[in-house]
Amino acid sequence: MNPELEQILSRAQTLYEDVDYKAVAEWKSYAPGRRAIGYLPIYVPRELIHAAGMLPVGIFGGGDRLEIIRGDAYFQSYICHIPRSTVELALSGRLDVLDGMLFPSICDVIRNLSGMWTMLFPGRYVRYVDLPQNYDARVGGEFWRRELTAIREDMARLAGGQITDRNLRNSIRIYNQNRRAIRELYQARSEAPWLYPIAQVYAVLRAGSVLPPEEHTTMVRRYLEMASQESTLPEDRSRVVLTGMFCEQPPLALLITLERAGCWIVDDDLLLGLRWFTGEVPEEGDAIENLAQAYLTQSVPTASCYAPDGQRGRWLVDAVRQNRADGVIFCAPSFCDPALLEQPMLVAALEREHIPHTQFKYSEDTGQFAVIREQAGTFSDSIRLWSEA
Amino acid sequence: MSGDAVKASTVQKEQSMVLQKQLIGDYYDSLGRAREEGKRVVSTFVPGNLTELLRSFDLLPILPEINALQSGMRKLSANYIAEAEKHGHSEDVCTYVKCDIGMLKSGNIGPTGVKLPSPDLLLLSYTGCFTFLKWFELLREEYQCPVAMLHVPYLANGRIEPHHVDYVVKQLRTEVIPKLEQVSGQRYDEARLSEMLALSAKAEDDFVWVLESAKNEPSPIDAYFGGVYYIGPIFTAFRGTSEGVEYYRVLREEIAERIRLGLGPVTPEGTMERQRYRLVVEGPPNWTSFREFWKMFYDEGAVVVASSYTKVGGLYDRGFRHDPNRPLESLAEYCLGCYTNLGLPARVDLLERYIREYRADGFMINSVKSCNSFSVGQLLMLRQLEQRTGVPGGFIESDLVDPRYFSSANIKNRIESYLQMLEQRRTAVVTA
Repeated sequence: MNPELEQILSRAQTLYEDVDYKAVAEWKSYAPGRRAIGYLPIYVPRELIHAAGMLPVGIFGGGDRLEIIRGDAYFQSYICHIPRSTVELALSGRLDVLDGMLFPSICDVIRNLSGMWTMLFPGRYVRYVDLPQNYDARVGGEFWRRELTAIREDMARLAGGQITDRNLRNSIRIYNQNRRAIRELYQARSEAPWLYPIAQVYAVLRAGSVLPPEEHTTMVRRYLEMASQESTLPEDRSRVVLTGMFCEQPPLALLITLERAGCWIVDDDLLLGLRWFTGEVPEEGDAIENLAQAYLTQSVPTASCYAPDGQRGRWLVDAVRQNRADGVIFCAPSFCDPALLEQPMLVAALEREHIPHTQFKYSEDTGQFAVIREQAGTFSDSIRLWSEA
Repeated sequence: MSGDAVKASTVQKEQSMVLQKQLIGDYYDSLGRAREEGKRVVSTFVPGNLTELLRSFDLLPILPEINALQSGMRKLSANYIAEAEKHGHSEDVCTYVKCDIGMLKSGNIGPTGVKLPSPDLLLLSYTGCFTFLKWFELLREEYQCPVAMLHVPYLANGRIEPHHVDYVVKQLRTEVIPKLEQVSGQRYDEARLSEMLALSAKAEDDFVWVLESAKNEPSPIDAYFGGVYYIGPIFTAFRGTSEGVEYYRVLREEIAERIRLGLGPVTPEGTMERQRYRLVVEGPPNWTSFREFWKMFYDEGAVVVASSYTKVGGLYDRGFRHDPNRPLESLAEYCLGCYTNLGLPARVDLLERYIREYRADGFMINSVKSCNSFSVGQLLMLRQLEQRTGVPGGFIESDLVDPRYFSSANIKNRIESYLQMLEQRRTAVVTA
């Protein structure tokens, strides 16, 4: 492996394994007064945090790298795992490095977690980010512009300064660059998945939740360039789209298991908030208006957003077609309301198009993969052996 | 134990009960006749329901949550849930949704045995529950009918802000009302809506009086198990109707008489005579073993004096009334203020007030598997309430309409142990 590639991957892997947010503390230590704001999946307008000179930090739970000691005491057995590990991270002091938290409206769990945060950590900044479910610019758009303006004011206050229009436009430009680089990575992986194994792609992407966007964009671009030069030979595996993992993240070992079971992952909804917009947010003009419009018209389709056109599942069929996938693996966290309630509609959409699919559930701290490997392997084999192609 | 706490008698039917039974029966009959009578029907949810608005267009509301809970009480839900799971719905998700979809897949025969009409519109009042959104997206696929989406912003800090009201009213004007006009073939008539809202406010006054009657000792009502009957008309299809007003007038008179006579609540086994524990309850009840569940309380002399479940369809006891002079704004405020649309700190504040104002000896949380909106954070709420009030809390787990999650022996054991603990504390205080 190219030494630079090895270095990039080593850095990404270190960041992935770091549940103490040392990188955030390090970033803050470079200059006095630096602040960091945490956010839960899926989408928050990170541009507003960045424009205030603060670091947006994605909190994606503790995965399989954190022992839950106190977090379980706050949640019943039938609630998903990410709030447990998030509370654990906070109660163990690991999130003390953060100067505030944003909880977007993705589901009732994350929503109520925002209220728990207010009660558990009085005095800390907490905001529930109510994303509009009405996409009319005059209605939901106006509501969202007002929310964005309020968040902008909050971020400026926390940072102890102003967010100028110029700064905000600059942040939009920087995040456009970041999303563009990630889209290119996805495109490259779709074309030659053997060059971009899931463990590498995931770690590089995940680094975007703690690195400043400028640095992350550089990492993604260098990785793209280095990985494309590797001499890995293509293998005969099935091409699959993975879906259901937009919030609680699967353990890396699970993703590797799928690949080893004979599946090339050619598209997924992992860390979806990092590439929330399907296109560019305009970099000139009214920045708040541009962010609002982008949310209304360029958001990626996902389970927690209302689909006014009644085309649930169309995006998944399109993802299969565009990525020349052979099938879909529904891989959702246990007790994830959005993903699991959505699933029957997605299954129906796939079956209308005769697209093969299989499904299983996970928890972020799942440690047993034998059954999943068998199931994914059988799925992959059945596609390769029995598909008409 | 039963004879100790409850005067044995045949099932006691108050006039209000007869009236409610008649109302519900007539309502399901009218749904059954809707097609032949050319009436249009609209499915919607209890929290944030816009019953008066629908009625002002001569539209009939169907409430899938009510169908599901009625199916639960009639022991039909287990089969419906199994049917939905057979069609790929996860065992992890809300059982109201699966009960509703299972009922649909089984011929859409409503809980009273009458076939329900397919809705002409799904009014997705997205209030305090994320699952509502997915539920109606699922139903849209089944019924292939239009959806009117009403996004009600969440009150994370518990306060209604002017821009919240503006947002909801705009959606009513641009999304909801045009679709109701289209479905009904009628123009929006604000004067008619206002007339209905005036009737709502009248019924709401009497309803609040009934809820607050539990401040009496002994309490003439059970504000949870009995409360679910009292909320029936006002949370569902009868707000804004003269039948609704009449129901609450009769109910109030009955309760006033019970106070005058110093009587306790009416239970399925007669009047509850001895009230040893006054409790506040958080969370919805279990419906599949509703009577058994209730019996676990009244057998021990535990009466519920206030509950959060009776606030899911509006916080009338904190002063809200539908206002005929501000019809759409008032509907918006109603939607915004429903209990599960409040942030957790506001919910804890409310429960704390109930514990103090109703002089409760304890509070109990019934945490249901199906409802993350209610359940996430309840263990922290328990701690917070104990710290703030010094009153000990109890915690039990069950489900709404999935009988697999009602473990009778465990729940009974927990309730009895909890009440024994209250008793011991009481004795300890007296001894000290």
